[in-house]
Amino acid sequence: MSPLFLIFLLLALSSAAYFFSQRRMLRQVRNANVARLSSLPEHFGMLGAIWAGAPALLVYFVWLIFEGDILMAQVLAILPDPESMAATRELLIGDIRNAINNPMSYQMANEEVRMAADRYQELSQTATLALTATCLSVFAICSALVLKFLTPQVRARVRVEKIIRGFLLLCSTLAIFTTVGIVLSVLFEASRFFQTVSVIEFLFGLEWSPQMAIREDQVGSSGAFGAVPLFAGTLLISFIAMLVAAPIGLMSAIYLSEYAPAKIRAAVKPMLEILAGVPTVVYGFFAAITVGPALRGFGQSIGLDVASESALAAGFVMGVMIIPFVSSISDDVITAVPQAMRDGSLGMGATNSETMRRVILPAALPGIIGGLLLAISRAIGETMIVVMAAGLSANLTANPLEAVTTVTVQIVTLLVGDQEFDSPKTLAAFALGLTLFFVTLVLNFIALYVVRKYREQYE
Amino acid sequence: MNPTKQIVSGLARRQRAEKRFRLYGLTAVVLGMAFLLLLFGSIVANGYKAFTQTYIELPIYFDPAVIDPSSERDHQTLFSADYWKLVKTAVYQKFPQASGRKERRELTRMVSEGSAYELRDQVLENPRLIGTTQHIWLAADDDIDMLMKGYIDRNVPEDERRLNDRIIGYVDSMREVDAIERRFNTTFFAAGDSREPEQAGILGALMGSFLTLIVTLLLSFPIGVAAAVYLEEFAPRNRFIDLIEININNLAAVPSIIFGLLGLAIFINWFGMPRSTPVVGGLVLGLMTLPTIIIASRVSIQSVPPSIKEAALGVGASRMQAMFHHVLPIATPGMLTGTIIGMARALGETAPLLMIGMVAFIVDPPGGFTEPATALPVQIFLWSDSPERGFTERTSAAILVLLVFLIAMNAAAVYLRERVTKRF
Repeated sequence: MSPLFLIFLLLALSSAAYFFSQRRMLRQVRNANVARLSSLPEHFGMLGAIWAGAPALLVYFVWLIFEGDILMAQVLAILPDPESMAATRELLIGDIRNAINNPMSYQMANEEVRMAADRYQELSQTATLALTATCLSVFAICSALVLKFLTPQVRARVRVEKIIRGFLLLCSTLAIFTTVGIVLSVLFEASRFFQTVSVIEFLFGLEWSPQMAIREDQVGSSGAFGAVPLFAGTLLISFIAMLVAAPIGLMSAIYLSEYAPAKIRAAVKPMLEILAGVPTVVYGFFAAITVGPALRGFGQSIGLDVASESALAAGFVMGVMIIPFVSSISDDVITAVPQAMRDGSLGMGATNSETMRRVILPAALPGIIGGLLLAISRAIGETMIVVMAAGLSANLTANPLEAVTTVTVQIVTLLVGDQEFDSPKTLAAFALGLTLFFVTLVLNFIALYVVRKYREQYE
Repeated sequence: MNPTKQIVSGLARRQRAEKRFRLYGLTAVVLGMAFLLLLFGSIVANGYKAFTQTYIELPIYFDPAVIDPSSERDHQTLFSADYWKLVKTAVYQKFPQASGRKERRELTRMVSEGSAYELRDQVLENPRLIGTTQHIWLAADDDIDMLMKGYIDRNVPEDERRLNDRIIGYVDSMREVDAIERRFNTTFFAAGDSREPEQAGILGALMGSFLTLIVTLLLSFPIGVAAAVYLEEFAPRNRFIDLIEININNLAAVPSIIFGLLGLAIFINWFGMPRSTPVVGGLVLGLMTLPTIIIASRVSIQSVPPSIKEAALGVGASRMQAMFHHVLPIATPGMLTGTIIGMARALGETAPLLMIGMVAFIVDPPGGFTEPATALPVQIFLWSDSPERGFTERTSAAILVLLVFLIAMNAAAVYLRERVTKRF
């Protein structure tokens, strides 16, 4: 019996317990006198189902979480000489897993790995049988307890609602778990990286070439992990993006909220929003196929040497992507300025643009700055556009016509493809990820704080 | 000078400034729209031709000596026969003027290598074909396809072109007798990935995206709604709940690639889940989408008037009953709107999937949640890296397919928001 089938069986048994408990309670009060039940029959049904089914389901999930590791430990124990077979335990486990999951790898694997894979399959069949037996007996015991303890006097609704409430709370804490998961995973791998490369060298080094020597005596590829060129490249591209997005986004928000007739506003606004819904991989393709070559051609025609993966192309397209983001935040902020301030200024004889520039924009400035900070954080974390349209080689320059690389590009290049989890090259990606997470977190935090303060001011 | 005069004298200048300002605004809007048009225009222009593919008509003689010398019609024999030889023979007969190894090799290269499988499938389906001659339309090689679509310039000197004059001559002669034509490209929708543009399709990527999105939906919708219900209705006001809310708001702004790192470190390295699979992709995208769904669901619950809840409480419902029986049903369309928008974003997301290895070259469409797969945006990324012109075209076409799905999802969301949502 496969684990998947078992879970359906358990769910079916639990729903049987639901109907059974409900009927049983009704019978105990002889159907007629429902008022003698402390709760609605359905609450008794739910409580019966939870009491009978939840422990078995819990056993099921805990079992499945630990099963793989325990079985693997057993398999490794029977191998004659696990150390000699692969560089590390992790790699060996990876090989065996591949052989189990993928028939092709099984064909290519060596004798010992195949043996281990076979043994794993055997053990896992036994384990599944044991799991089935355990779950079903837990269910049986719990059902017996339901028979004994579920009486019409039990305050079923209160108990069921408490359980549901606990479940709801658990769901909302998932956000915390996710954050903790991100921080821990990135921090853990990054700390392993910082054991080989010092933090100072990483943050302030000017040289980035993550190729590590394969042999000890190899020359010219010792690996340098100074991330300053990446930070500079990221900032350059984000700066170009903001040069495009900030004025266009802000001015179009002003035009749409203050000048455009309602009809045009209703038509244009959703169209600009479309720009925000286009997947970033599409922008990346657009930048690489259309904008990059066009800029290069234009540069050649006026005698400028533009790299085909120039920072300008990536930054420009990223700016286009961020336009709707800036414009929708600016729009919110501008409409939040109290009408009285507008009326006061117009009443004094100021023109619309004077009101906008001298009264509304200064009042809305904190909110707009907050919005721009959010936009910058998004530009810094944006991946696909730069992966497809920016360069790979770390190049410390402020010239937007040259190719630069960014933090996200390097994370992708370091982690895509074959990877071993011990080399600083792979771990460097996590150190970059940590930096990225930290910077965007700070930016978001400041931005959300500024925006909230600003809103409170006019409430 | 008296103040009135001062004001009047400045009026013209101020009105010019007003006009200028207005013009700036209009320019910004026009620029925004122009970028949108340019983006879509360039993709449609690059991609619409990929929906057709060039086919060549060849009289194929299903030679029994090649396919089934022992004429036992054994499945294994039929399966492993050399069907490419049939194609070769047919092309040589069609163009007897080609002589010598080099010219003959050029000839056979005009037909897609996938044709052998096409013939094999036809024979396996209908073994009575053996011994007969059939006129069959076979997919042309991508270079021929590019020539037919006008991407290869005949005026360029011969040695700088991908096709020489001889081959162009063959194509033109076939054109005269209508033995070569562009037809609807079914392969594009029915095949998995391939190294050859003319055999590559998006079916595998679509399946991968579909499976991934199912996992995403199963994870993020129930948990998102449950979290929203708790935070709106049952959460006490304390530090812990503040922490949860701050976390949700921050997660909504964390770069997607960071979620990919999370998936790689936790799901793959720590839990030992299989790499490159829809289940891991779905979990990562689910965690990423969760904040969007929670925020949308909370707004939707807030928009239900309190009187509804109070009425339910007034006639004796518990808070739980008031929530689940009365508030939630009214809030559902709004929640679904948020969910669909979140799903659309997850469908277009690429970076986290790169991190968890969904970038492998996978030919067969995935059959389950734990089989290696790619997703549609990742397929776009992979193809965009290929140098062949045929792949550039297919990349654009795949983008068009992706955009069609996104537009459909967003239209559904708008419909739910405008038509189904109850207003009070």
